[in-house]
Parts: sequence; C-alpha cells; structure tokens
Amino acid sequence: MSETNGTILSVNGLKTYFQTEDGVVKAVDGITFELKKGETLGIVGESGSGKSVTNLSVMRLIPEPPGKIVAGDIVFSGIDVRALSIDEVRKIRGKRIAMIFQDPMTSLNPFLKISTQLMEVTRLHLGHTKDEAYAHALKMLKLVGIPDAGTRLDEYPHQFSGGMRQRVMIAMALSCDPELLIADEPTTALDVTIQAQILELIKDLKARMGTSVILITHDLGVVAGMTDKIIVMYAGKVFEQASTKELFATPANPYTKGLLKSVPDPAHEQGKELYQIPGLPPDVAHLPPGCPFAERCDRATDLCRQQYPPFVEINADHHSLCHFAREVYAESVAEQNKQEL
Amino acid sequence: MIIPMALLVITLTWALVRIAPGNFYTQEKKLPPAVEENIKKKYGLDKPWYQQYGIMMWNVVRGDFGSSLKYEGQTVNEIIWRHFPYSATIGILAYVLALLIGLTAGVIASLKQNSIFDYGSTSLAMLGLSVPNFVLGPLLVLVFSFWLYWLPPARWSLAGLVLPVVTLAAIYAAYIARLTRAGMLEVMRSDYIRTARAKGLDEKTVLLRHGLRGGIIPVVSFTGPALAALLAGTVVVEKVFAIPGLGNIFIQSVLNRDEPLVLGIVAFLSILIMVFNLLVDISYGFLDPRIRYE
Repeated sequence: MSETNGTILSVNGLKTYFQTEDGVVKAVDGITFELKKGETLGIVGESGSGKSVTNLSVMRLIPEPPGKIVAGDIVFSGIDVRALSIDEVRKIRGKRIAMIFQDPMTSLNPFLKISTQLMEVTRLHLGHTKDEAYAHALKMLKLVGIPDAGTRLDEYPHQFSGGMRQRVMIAMALSCDPELLIADEPTTALDVTIQAQILELIKDLKARMGTSVILITHDLGVVAGMTDKIIVMYAGKVFEQASTKELFATPANPYTKGLLKSVPDPAHEQGKELYQIPGLPPDVAHLPPGCPFAERCDRATDLCRQQYPPFVEINADHHSLCHFAREVYAESVAEQNKQEL
Repeated sequence: MIIPMALLVITLTWALVRIAPGNFYTQEKKLPPAVEENIKKKYGLDKPWYQQYGIMMWNVVRGDFGSSLKYEGQTVNEIIWRHFPYSATIGILAYVLALLIGLTAGVIASLKQNSIFDYGSTSLAMLGLSVPNFVLGPLLVLVFSFWLYWLPPARWSLAGLVLPVVTLAAIYAAYIARLTRAGMLEVMRSDYIRTARAKGLDEKTVLLRHGLRGGIIPVVSFTGPALAALLAGTVVVEKVFAIPGLGNIFIQSVLNRDEPLVLGIVAFLSILIMVFNLLVDISYGFLDPRIRYE
C-alpha cells in the first residue's frame, strides 16, 4: 500500500454515460479527483450535475443497462475498482466504502427491523454470529446517539423520525469501520435543526474513526464547515476544484461565483433580493459545442459559445474550467483584498 | 363485520329470487288452482312476505337452510358438503399451481427485464389472460386426450385432475405473473434496494430478503379473493370436465328456482370470500409492519 502515498481514492477521467431514448446522456464526463486518507472532499452541484453518479460509479452501483462506465480509472486504496469482478466489488461495498443516501425515509427497508438491517452488514463482512452482530448493532446505535437504543433496535423504520433514520443509516454505514464514507446529500431531506446535528455527528465520527469522507451536496453552506477541498460540478464536468478556503475566498469560475452569491447572507444583504443564477441546467443529452454554462453565464462571449473551455490551472491545487479562469480569479482576489482593507 | 355482511347478501339474494318471475313448481302446463294452493301452503308461501322473510332468516341464523325443493329429502347442508370437496380439490391445486408458475415467471421476468424470457413470459401471460377457459379447456382436451391420448378428458382421478387444474390455473397464473413482474420491477428500483446493494449483499439476498416482500404485496391482495373464487368452483371448468362441483350445482339450483339451495350456496360462498379477504388483511400485517395494528 506504500505506493498509494496516503491516497485513499483517485478517480481519473471517469466517464459514465446513460443510454436513453433521448440519446446518450453523459451524466459524468471526464471527472478527475483525488482524496487523501482522513480528508473530506465536498462535491457541489445542482440536481443532475452528476455528483451522485460519480459516487455510484465508484461503488460500481450504476444500474447497467442503461448506465455504463465507459472510460477512466477508479483506484481505491491501490485497487483498480473497474477491473474487479462483481463479487470482489461486493467485498468492498459496505465494508471498506460505505454510503449514506439522501432520503432516509426511503433508503431503509420498510419491511425489516432496524436490527436485521444493521446485523446483516456485520454478519456478512465481519463474520459476526447472531449475538455478536446484535451487540455490535446496539453499540452502533448508541454511538450515533439514538436514545433508548436497546428497545429501538427491534423497531421498524416507520417508527423513527427522519433525523433518527438518518442516524440509523450512519450507524449502518459505519458498522464495519469503513475507510471511505460517501454521504450523498445526507441532510437534504431533513429539518434545518436536524441537519446541523447530523453534520456534526458525521464530523465527530469521522474524527474519531479516521474515516475519509466524500460529502455530496447542493448546499454550499453544508460543505463550508466540513470539507478540506471542494469540487464544483456542472453538467457532468468538474467546473472548479480547490481547497475549501480558497474556493470560498477566491473562486476562479463564474459558476462558482454564482453559487456563492446565491447563498443567503442576512448579515450583509438584509433587504436585498437574493441572487439567483438565471436559467436552468442544460439537457446533458444535447449539450452545445461550447461551454455548457455559457447560456447562463453573465460574462459569456462568442468564444464561450463556440469553443469548449480549457481546464486552467490557477495553482497546483486550484483548477477551473473556463476560458476566462485567470481573469475571474484576478477579480476575486481584488474583491478579497478590498474586503480585507 | 362478516356476519352482518353475510346476512345482507342473503337478504338481497332472497329478494332477487322472489322478485324474479316464475317459481319452482311451475311447469309448462298450468297447475290447477287447488294444487297450487296446497303447494303454497306446504312451503309456507301463503303467508305475508315479511313473515316468510322472518322464518327464512331465523332458519339461516341457526345454520339450517332446510331441504332442497328439487332434490327432496336432502338438506341443503348435505348437498353443499357433498359437492364442495370436488371444487375445493381442483381449486386448491389450481391455486398452488398458479402461484408457483406466476411468482416464478414474474420474478424471473422482472430480473431479466426486456430479455427474451421476459418477452416470452409476458406474451404467454397476455395469452393466458385473453383465452377464456371455455376455449382453453376443450382445446386441452382435444390435444391431450383425443390426439395424444395422454390424459383422460374427464374422470375423477389423479390423471383426470391435470387438465381441469391446468385450465383453471392458466388465467390466475397469467395474472399473478403480471402482478409479480410489475411489483418486483417497482421495488427493485427503490432506494432501499440500492442501500442493500451498497451494503455489499449479493443479488440473491437483495432479491429474497429485501425485494420479494414488497414486490408481492399486490399479488397478496389479488390471491385472497382469487382463492375464494377458485374454491367456490367455476361453472365452466366443472361443466367442460364433468366435475360434480359446487359451481355446477349452484347454476342448477338457480335454474330450478330451488330457493333454499340458492340461499345456502350464496351464504356459504359469501362467508368463504369474506374469510379469505380477512386472511389477506391479516397477512398484510405480516408482510408490512407499517399496517400492523399497534
């Protein structure tokens, strides 16, 4: 494992396409990123930008057909995931890479007791006996802060509230002490107060267990306090990639700037109308030849509409997919300096 | 709930039999008035209708449907119990066969959606649904009894049961296969199946432990009333294969205007259907914890 250099997951040029009646949908079109051990990566984007598909691809959970990983490398802890047989992938799923999904209401099986759903993971991967699995399940429920875990273990999902169900999902995901946790919009379906609790819980458990985390969200507020670095996705492509601090301070992509401007800031903008990026995300089955964001971008030129933009390197850790990445970056830096003065 | 419902059904049946023109003693030739008078007296038909209804209801509540008017000396209960086992035997066999074929075909079709097997079994199911059993029955007899000489066209024996059971099961198997396929397709797309796969479970476990229960709920709602209908006997299949079942007797009793027998069979069938619906409701509770009583 020494050759992995502390890298837990590296995705290189990943392309996942879906065959539909409307044509080929390039849900993920050339994604590259790297995640170091213990790091938290945020993947941000609007609905349909390919964030979930990227991560389902890592788990090889793309329904096939209609979906297919057509190109790219996925290397998890030195293992080429794409080259594995499905049985070998199953040994990684749930054990070394675990996932939490968006809607805890529908992600737990309504027909099975919580205990059954928790126990089957450890019995499968850790070879637990029934009693060991039950004890472990109880321990996990306590760990994620479910009150009265002993009686709740034998209840069914519908007897839990949304936040409690997401805690159960987290308990299930962390049962086998995975190296990588993928949280796909873990708080989107929850109340705001519960959101904070769940995020705090993930953060706390991550610190305690040393798990690497990929946090998928469309809410920039969520990733701000949680992640080390961020990928901004749009129309199946990486639009910007930077450390969290740098992305928030000096974004180099008009799309990122638009997203940041759309976050409500009651302290400074009270009374002003909240900014929103005009238009809708494009139909990824019929993308124009130029920049996919050109239609909605306030600084788009003819060049943007005709030519696909380059992936510009601002510095070693900061890249942006834009014809004017350097200009946008310079503007951001100038704005930043002005604010600091 | 069952008892008032059954009494209501009996009342309506009684009213319908009474409202319908004609009666059990009418022949082609008109009876002399004196004879008609005597018959009416003997069967209590000279009393006002509410009194007749009261007597009928009182007997029904005690479980006594009286004697058949056509088959004299035989009580309705005797007749029902003599003929019901025939209907029940082919009914239960057809039910088991339909479930076996329907569930298996449905599950496999849903797993291999849009494969040759899927198209094959859905077309076959469509065929099974569209061919009425008065066509299928004689057709099977023609092929397997008269051309191939494999099976008897009608005899109460194990070999003789094959054709009626298959005829009876075909439409149910087809329907169950379609319900299962649709139910499974729906469930296997759901989020919790994705969760199960993300846990590293193999497809067999995902299907059997996580998918099947939700997938067959629509089948369960169908199979309760279906079993009752199968047990009650089906007139067509019993006619085609000359089986002395309840369905056959029921039609005869209606044609004979044999009021006690009609009422007895209707009461029996309605209770049967309601009991099976109750069983379905109870089994929902086992399948789906969300509708279990607290």
